[in-house]
Amino acid sequence: MSTTIKPFLRLSGLEPLIIRPETNFVNVGERTNVTGSKKFARLILNNQYEEALSVARQQVENGAQILDVNMDDALLDGVKAMTTFINLLQSEPDIAKIPIMVDSSKFEIIEAGLKCIQGRCIVNSISMKEGEEKFIEHAFICKAYGAAVIVMAFDEKGQADTLERKVEISERAYKILTEQVGFDPQDIIFDINVFAIATGLEEHNNYGVDFIEATRIIKQRHPLVKISGGVSNLSFSFRGNEHVRETMHSVFLFHTIKAGMDMGIVNAGQLVVYDEIEPSLKELCEDVILNRNNDNNEATEKLIAFAETVKAKGKVQERDEKWRDASVEERLKHALVNGITEYIDADTEEARVKYPKPLDVIEGPLMDGMNFVGDLFGAGKMFLPQVVKSARVMKKSVAVLTPYIEAEKEERRLAHIAAGTINEEGAGAAKILLATVKGDVHDIGKNIVGVVLGCNGYDIIDLGVMVPTDKILEAAIHHKADIIGLSGLITPSLDEMVHVAKEMKRRGMKQPLLIGGATTSRMHTAVKIAPEYGNGVIHVLDASRSVTVAGSLLSNDSKPAFLEQTYGEYVKLKHGFDNKKSHKNYLPYTKALANKVNIDWATFQPVKPQFTGTKVFADFDLNELRQYIDWKPFFIAWEMHGNFPAILTDEIVGKEATKLYNDANTLLDKIIAEKWLTAKGTIGFWEAGSEGDSVIVNRLPITDGGEQRSTVDGQRYVHLEFLRQQIEKAPGQPNISLADFIKPLGASTELTTHDLRLTTDFMGAFAVTIDGIEPHIKAFEANLDDYNKIMLQALADRLAEAFAECLHLKTRKEYWGYATDEHLTNDELIHEKYLGIRPAPGYPACPDHTEKYKLFDLLNVTESIGITLTESLAMYPASSVCGWYFANPQSQYYGVGKLQPDQVEDYAKRKGMTLDEIERWLRQNMEG
Amino acid sequence: MSLIHEELEKRILVIDGAMGTMIQRHKLEEADYRGERFKDWHLDVKGNNDLLSITKPEVIIGIHLLYLEAGADIVETNTFSSTVIAQADYDMQSLAYEMNVASAQCARKAIERYHELHPEDGKPKFVAGAIGPLNKTLSLSPDVNNPGYRAVTFDEVVEAYTEQIKGLVEGGVDVLLVETIFDTLNAKAAIFAIKQFFRNSPSGDGGELPIMISGTITDASGRTLSGQTLEAFYISVKHANPLSIGLNCALGAQEMRGHIEELSGIAACFTSSYPNAGLPNAMGEYDEQPHQTAHFIEEWAQNGWVNIVGGCCGTTPDHIKHIADHVRTIEPRRLPVLESELA
Repeated sequence: MSTTIKPFLRLSGLEPLIIRPETNFVNVGERTNVTGSKKFARLILNNQYEEALSVARQQVENGAQILDVNMDDALLDGVKAMTTFINLLQSEPDIAKIPIMVDSSKFEIIEAGLKCIQGRCIVNSISMKEGEEKFIEHAFICKAYGAAVIVMAFDEKGQADTLERKVEISERAYKILTEQVGFDPQDIIFDINVFAIATGLEEHNNYGVDFIEATRIIKQRHPLVKISGGVSNLSFSFRGNEHVRETMHSVFLFHTIKAGMDMGIVNAGQLVVYDEIEPSLKELCEDVILNRNNDNNEATEKLIAFAETVKAKGKVQERDEKWRDASVEERLKHALVNGITEYIDADTEEARVKYPKPLDVIEGPLMDGMNFVGDLFGAGKMFLPQVVKSARVMKKSVAVLTPYIEAEKEERRLAHIAAGTINEEGAGAAKILLATVKGDVHDIGKNIVGVVLGCNGYDIIDLGVMVPTDKILEAAIHHKADIIGLSGLITPSLDEMVHVAKEMKRRGMKQPLLIGGATTSRMHTAVKIAPEYGNGVIHVLDASRSVTVAGSLLSNDSKPAFLEQTYGEYVKLKHGFDNKKSHKNYLPYTKALANKVNIDWATFQPVKPQFTGTKVFADFDLNELRQYIDWKPFFIAWEMHGNFPAILTDEIVGKEATKLYNDANTLLDKIIAEKWLTAKGTIGFWEAGSEGDSVIVNRLPITDGGEQRSTVDGQRYVHLEFLRQQIEKAPGQPNISLADFIKPLGASTELTTHDLRLTTDFMGAFAVTIDGIEPHIKAFEANLDDYNKIMLQALADRLAEAFAECLHLKTRKEYWGYATDEHLTNDELIHEKYLGIRPAPGYPACPDHTEKYKLFDLLNVTESIGITLTESLAMYPASSVCGWYFANPQSQYYGVGKLQPDQVEDYAKRKGMTLDEIERWLRQNMEG
Repeated sequence: MSLIHEELEKRILVIDGAMGTMIQRHKLEEADYRGERFKDWHLDVKGNNDLLSITKPEVIIGIHLLYLEAGADIVETNTFSSTVIAQADYDMQSLAYEMNVASAQCARKAIERYHELHPEDGKPKFVAGAIGPLNKTLSLSPDVNNPGYRAVTFDEVVEAYTEQIKGLVEGGVDVLLVETIFDTLNAKAAIFAIKQFFRNSPSGDGGELPIMISGTITDASGRTLSGQTLEAFYISVKHANPLSIGLNCALGAQEMRGHIEELSGIAACFTSSYPNAGLPNAMGEYDEQPHQTAHFIEEWAQNGWVNIVGGCCGTTPDHIKHIADHVRTIEPRRLPVLESELA
C-alpha cells in the first residue's frame, strides 16, 4: 500500500512546521522588525546584535511559530544587517528551531537572508509592483532557494484596496506562479492588505469587509493557498489606545480566520480572548469591522467616543476588576483563561482552605479552567500564545499547592507500599513515564496528568514534548518505568502513537501503554493502537481517570482483569468499527430479506447424514487430536506473533518460540501419557428447513417405520433464529443469513406428508470440551509455577479447537459424508479450505449468544459431556467449543455486521424475548 | 521519465560501497599519487584520492568494476572532494574541473568494461556524479567565540559546485548525487548551482539530470550536524524535486533504521540509504560483516521502505554482493500518492 502525502505548506527551521487545516492560525512573530519595533531598531543600529537576539528569543517563547525578520531602515546597510543577524540567529537552537520569514521591500536584502538559512523560509514579499517580468524573476530565485512566497496584492496600478482588486491581483499572480514558475499552490501566500478602518473617511469603512470577503473568495477558488496580513494596520487610527486596538485585532482575527485567513503578523501575546471581550465593546468593534450600522460613520463615531472614555481614565489604563468579586472558582477560571498571574497565589490559597484536600483544587476548579481553555482553543477563540500563558498560571497555582500535597503524598506513598502498588524493585512509588510524541509540542494535558499522578504518590518521569520513539523507550528501560503514557494533540500524533506501540512490541516491552490527549479517542486506540501491542494499551479520557487506571495497572491483583476487560472492550470497538467503516447504507430488513443468497434449490439434493440424532465421544484419543493443533494462536497466546512454523526460526523471537514449542510438546506428552485431560464431544444432525431467517429443526431422529415420529409434542420442532446482514451491498451481492444455506420449507417437493415435512434439508451441531484441567492447574499454582499453568491452559484451548477441527473433518467425510473424497492438509484445514462451515453462536455470523441454549438442548450437551453455560453464556470448562454445521457448498463464513432496529424488533418477536433483553445481547451489532 | 526512474519503479537498485577502503587495499604511496605529471608538485598529495582518477585511472576503474560485478547498479564517481574549496588543501584548485571529468570517465569506462565482460547482464548501469559536503560549512562558525562568522559564503560554494557539476556532466554522469550532507545550507547551495547550471546551459531546455540527495544524521540526537531533524532536512531540500532522498554515512544500518522508516513515510520521491558497515570499533575500523549489513537492509526492503540501497564507509564489494543478493527479489517501495486536495 502506498502512503499518501497531503498538500500542506511545509516549512522548517531546525524543526519542521507543517501547516495543516487544523493548525488554525499561525502567529508570525513581528518584533524582530526594525520598522515595527523601536527597541529592536535601536539595538541593531547600535550594533548590539547579541541583545537583539533576546528579542527574537522572547518572540519564540511567547509562541511565535515563524519569525519575521526585517532590516529595512534608511540608516542601515540592509544586506549586511540581515546577513549578520541571521547568521547569529542560526547559532541559537532555541530560536533557529522555527522557520524564518525574510522580510524586506528590497529583493537584494531578501536574497542575502536566503543565503544564510538552511531551513525552508517564507519570502515576504514579492509583487507585480514593477511588472510581471520582475515578479517572475524574483519568484524563480525564491524557488531556487526553496522558499515559499508571500505575494503582496500590488500591481503596476498600485495596492489592491477593494474586494475586486484583491481577488483580481491574487488570481493573476496565482496563474503566473503555478503555470510559469512551477510553484505548488500550497507554497503561495497572499497578503491581501489590511488597511486602517474607522479613520473617519467613509471610503475606508468597508476595508475590513473587503478583506474578509476577498479571503473567502480566494480560499474558495484555491483552497491550498494561504492568506496572511499585517493585522495591526487595521487599528492605526487608534494609536496609543492599546485596549481598543487589541480588541479590534482580536475581533478582526475571529472573523478573518473563520473566512480562511491562515497566518498573520501579530503580537499575539497581547491579543485579548474573543469570548472575554466586554460585550458592548465587542459590538462596537464588530460594527466597525463588518461595517454595520455605519451610515454616516455612526459606528465609527461610537467606537471613537468609547475610545475617548477609555483614554480619559489616564495613561495607565485601569483594568476591569469586576471579576474579582466572583467566587474563587470563577476567579481561578478567569485567571487561567486570561493568563493573569497577579492574584493566583492568593486565590489558590483561598481555594486550598475551602476544599478538603489540596489535590481537589487541581482536579476541580483548575482543571475545569484548563478544560475551558482547551475548548476555546479548539473553537479558534484562543491562540497558542494565550494557551501558553494559561499553562503558566496553572503551574504557578500548582506550585502554591505542592508543599501541602507533598505532605499527603508521603502518606500515600506509604499506603501504596502497604497495598502492593509499588514498582517492581519495591524501591519506592511506581514510576510513570510521560511524553508528548514526536512532532507534537502540546503538553498541557500531559502535564496535568503528570501533576495529578504525581499528587497521587507516583514518581513521574516527564520527557517533555517532541520525544522520538527511541528516546521514550530507552528512557522507559533506563528508568525501569512501570507505565508509559503518551500524549498528543494533533492528528499526526495518532500515527506516531501507533508507531510507539509497534516498537514496544518489536522490542518485547512489558509496560502497559496509556494513551491520552485531545485528538486521541477510545475508538482510535482500540482500532489502531491496541492491536499493535499486546501488553496493554489503555485510552485515558482525562487526567482524573489516569489515577484509577494507574492504580488498576499497578496492582498485581487487579491488573489482569483490568487489562482483559479493556482488551475485550477494544476488540468489540474494533469489530464495530470494521463493520461500520466500509458500509454506510443499510437496507430495511424486508429488503435485505429479499436479497438472500441465491441457491438453486430446484436442483439441490441434500446429502443425508449417516444418522440423525446425536453421537457422543466420551473419551477421544488425544494423540489423534494432537495432529490437528493450530499452533499459531498458541504463540499468540504467548504474545508471539508470526506464522507457524516460520516463527520457530524467526530472527528475533525464534529462539524463544522454539523453546516454548519444545516445552509445550513435553507437557503435551505428559498430559497424554498420564491422561491428565479427557476430550469429550458430541455431534448431531437433524432434518431441517428454513423459513425466512428461521431454521426449523426436527429434533426427533428419523426412524425406519416413522410411527414414533408422529407423536407430536411441543418440543419436537426447534426454531433456530438467525440474523441477516443489512448493509447495502454492491449489485449482485446478497445480504447473507445463515438461514439462506438451508433449503426453504416452501421449496420442498415433499411437503404433503407431514412427517417428512422437514426432510427438505439437514443441519448439524457439535460441542467439544477438554475436561480435567482443574487439579493440575491447582498443583502448578501451589508450586508458583505460572509458566506451566499458563502452558496447560493454552494447550487445553488448542486441544479443544483441534477437537472441533477433527470432528468437523470426520463429519464432512464420514458422519454426514457430504465430502467423502476430501483430502486436505492440516494447513489447508486451518485456512478453511473445506466445504461447509461450523459457525459458533456469539461469533460474527450468528452473534446472538442466547442461541447456545438451543444448541445445548438439541445436543443435550450438559448431560452428555458436562459443559455448562455461565450467566453470560460462556462455556465452562473454558476449553470448550460449540457450533452449527452447515453442509451447503455455498455456505461461507461472514460477519452479520450492523443491525438496524427493524430487524432487531422482528428478531425479538421471533425469539419471544423483550426488546431490551435482546438488545443487551446484540449491543455490539447495534452500536458503532 | 529518465531511464533510472523507470528502473526504480521496477526494482530496488543497489549503489556501490566505499571507495576509500578499496583504495587503501592498493597500498599506494606518494609517488603513485603523483604519477609522472605531478612528480614535482610542491605539496604532498598522498591521500588526495580524487587525484587518482587522473594519475591512476586503472585503479579507480578496477574498483568500480569490482562493485559492478558484486551487483551494484549505480557507481559513484571518485569526486567526493573534487571542488576548488576542498582541493585547496593540496593547492590543486585548478585541477578540480579536470578531476570531475576524469572521474566520470573512469566510471563510464568501468561500466563499458562490465558490459563487455558480462554480456548476459542486460540491465542498465548508472553513473552517479558524487557531490560531497565540502570541508567548510555555511551554517556553522568555525570560531566558537564568533558564532556569526562563516569561513565561506553561499556564493563561493555555489561557484565551486557549479564547476564540479560542469565537469561531471561533461564526463558523462547519468545522475547527480548530493551526498553526505551534514550542513543543509551547503546542500541548498549545491541544489541552487545545479538548477542554475541547467537553466543557463545552452542545451539546457529540459535536459536537466536527475538529482539524488543523501543527508547524514550524525549521532544519536537524530539530527544533522547543523542541527536539523530529519523531516526539517527533507523539507529544506525537497524543492530540488529530487529523484531520491536518503541517508548515508555516520551511522550503521542498525542506528539508521528508525530514520529510514521515518523518511519512507514522508518522502514524496524514491528513498535511498547506504549506511556504514556498522559503527567504528575502538580501533576506528568497521567490522560489521557483509551478511549482517545485508540482513538489516533486507528487513527495510521487506518493509517497503527503500528504493536504493548500498554501503558507505567500511563497506566492500562483498557487502554489496550480500546486499544485492538479499534485495533482488523484493518489491521496491512504492512512490506515495501526492494528493492535491486537503480533504
